[in-house]
Amino acid sequence: MKVMIDTGNYVAAKAAVMAKPDVIAAYPITPQTTLVEGIARYVATGEFKGEYICVESEHSAMSACIGASAAGSRTFTATSSHGLLLMHEMLHWAALARLPVIMCNINRVVGPGWNIWADQNDSIAQRDTGWIQFYCSSNQEIFDTVLQSFKLGEHKKVGLPVMINYDAFVLSHTSMPVYVPEQKEVDDFLPSFKPLWKLDVDNPITFGNIIGPAYYEKVRKAMQDAHEAAKTLVPEIAKEWKNKFGRYHGDLVERYKCEGAEYILMAMGAIGAESKVAIDNLRAEGLKIGLARVRTFRPFPAEEMIKLGKQADLIVIDRNISIGSEGALFNETKASLYNKSDAKVHGFIAGLGGKDVTYQDIQNICKKVINGKAKDFEWYGLEGD
Amino acid sequence: MAIKDLPDIECVIPGSAACPGCPATLGLRMVFKALGKNTIMVVPACCTAVIESLYPNTSFDVPVMNIAFEAAAAGASGIEAALRKQGKKDTTVLAWAGDGGTYDIGIQALSGALERGTNFIYICYNNQIYSNTGIQRSGATPYAAWTTTTVTGKTEFRKEMGDIIMAHHIPYSAQACVSYPEDLYNKVKKAKSIKGPKYIEILAPCPPGWRFSMDKTVEIGALAVETGAWALYECENDVVTFNGKSKLILEKKIEPKPIEEWMKQQGRFRHLFKPERDEKRIKEIQEHINQVWERYRKCYLRK
Repeated sequence: MKVMIDTGNYVAAKAAVMAKPDVIAAYPITPQTTLVEGIARYVATGEFKGEYICVESEHSAMSACIGASAAGSRTFTATSSHGLLLMHEMLHWAALARLPVIMCNINRVVGPGWNIWADQNDSIAQRDTGWIQFYCSSNQEIFDTVLQSFKLGEHKKVGLPVMINYDAFVLSHTSMPVYVPEQKEVDDFLPSFKPLWKLDVDNPITFGNIIGPAYYEKVRKAMQDAHEAAKTLVPEIAKEWKNKFGRYHGDLVERYKCEGAEYILMAMGAIGAESKVAIDNLRAEGLKIGLARVRTFRPFPAEEMIKLGKQADLIVIDRNISIGSEGALFNETKASLYNKSDAKVHGFIAGLGGKDVTYQDIQNICKKVINGKAKDFEWYGLEGD
Repeated sequence: MAIKDLPDIECVIPGSAACPGCPATLGLRMVFKALGKNTIMVVPACCTAVIESLYPNTSFDVPVMNIAFEAAAAGASGIEAALRKQGKKDTTVLAWAGDGGTYDIGIQALSGALERGTNFIYICYNNQIYSNTGIQRSGATPYAAWTTTTVTGKTEFRKEMGDIIMAHHIPYSAQACVSYPEDLYNKVKKAKSIKGPKYIEILAPCPPGWRFSMDKTVEIGALAVETGAWALYECENDVVTFNGKSKLILEKKIEPKPIEEWMKQQGRFRHLFKPERDEKRIKEIQEHINQVWERYRKCYLRK
């Protein structure tokens, strides 16, 4: 096991290459660009031995991955923000075609105006595409999750594409030490790709022709079943990783100091990491508070939410806003608890447009709730407030 | 090669949902006679997505990947890369798209794949309309033609896709027409033998779209060539050769028939002749075709 000190993007590129994909198709977009550059370097050094297609758009990147995956190849790509939005149509296509394309998305603001910093509205806007969605909080988690995602997406009970999300610049361009296993260890963990179906001249099938309502509904149901299966497989794979490599980032959620907690803070991505500092400080002050960092937004860990809701009141911080409604995690957490728990749930919007969310900010949010000063749903730290 | 000598290979099998007289089906039968069964086909939204019939059935005896409207060439790039990695060098990757998916929404992905050097054959079957959505104008629709979105006739001349393709300097591109099956067969056969990106465009006269009787598909296509509305040519490594009657027109060995002989046969141009002749537009169209051929002669006539 070696230690690599590098940025989230280079770490993701390293993990992707160690998964030995047959085909990578990608288009550069800030702040994902250094990831595709990382892949290009591995092509140049011969460490990546697959096909690297430098396409002319993100739409084509996903289309090429779909073609390659349908032809029976392991595939990987990466994008961010507007690139992800341009892919939107093909995200549905990959999921409905049950093709386990693996993709890193670097969470970045959607314009206008142009802004390149962290914000989850890009990936939240893709929540209904059928993709499994992970949100990472450290470079180590990015590395581990990329490799776990190949195993999850390609599992015969899942057969779905997986999106690994992490915050722009906060992780994509920040160097951290990351433990990297030997290639052989990765190969032992991740067997070669066995497609659920493929384009094969010896067994010609027509994929994706006109489908009537009855069959179509079954296709959708099967995708839903696959997400349900993923709820069991994500923890299993995380446990296997822990046993093999000693590192664990939680399963569907990561619980931190939740024992005896009367309040539980919830967040996704880098805010989830920052929250640990806040929890430590609040605990030191004698406040009974813990953290549940949501790793998979899809499948949504509803059963976990119910368990948490039976134990404590919940404080949700969203780095996204479903305009006309609320933060997505807040909204879905409440939906999970409906008829199942009497917990109070408070929602905060914070950190949009890449605004820094410090541990002090998180402490302020928590204290506002604990002191009974918080509304059900509010924006934290708006300029001028 | 004579028609009777064409291979027996049939990849369009019973169950096709094509309209009677469908030129796309005619073209596909020829294409597969040239390509054989060791072919993977990519189909974007177009008539063929209907022709192939309803899941769980199919009317094709080759593997087919349906893909989104603008994504045929990019999807083919992915398949080709996968096959290369798997060492399957002899499988042909065929992208088969209509003119809407080629001239308009799909042109970016097509241009990207040609520029990247994807080893595939891209065939556009050009019926000059968006026909799987009905009969709407596309960048390939000729001037003055009626469609449901150009009710009094299209006000622009069609895009010269062949020129756009040639600007990519790929090893092989060609124009063909379903009315000349041997010519089409030979072009596809040649494309199959060449490595790198190949583009073939097939003029596909559509009976419901162009408003002519379904038994006249071949005749209308031949008239398009004989009037100069469509040219048969191929371009190998930047050298353009005209074929068949188009060669004779280029070399002025035969006089093209007046364009109205082609137009008169089609309901989509009826408004140019009834209730009274639209001399202005008919003249404009003829002059435009004359200019196109003068340009062809200037560029491609070898002394």
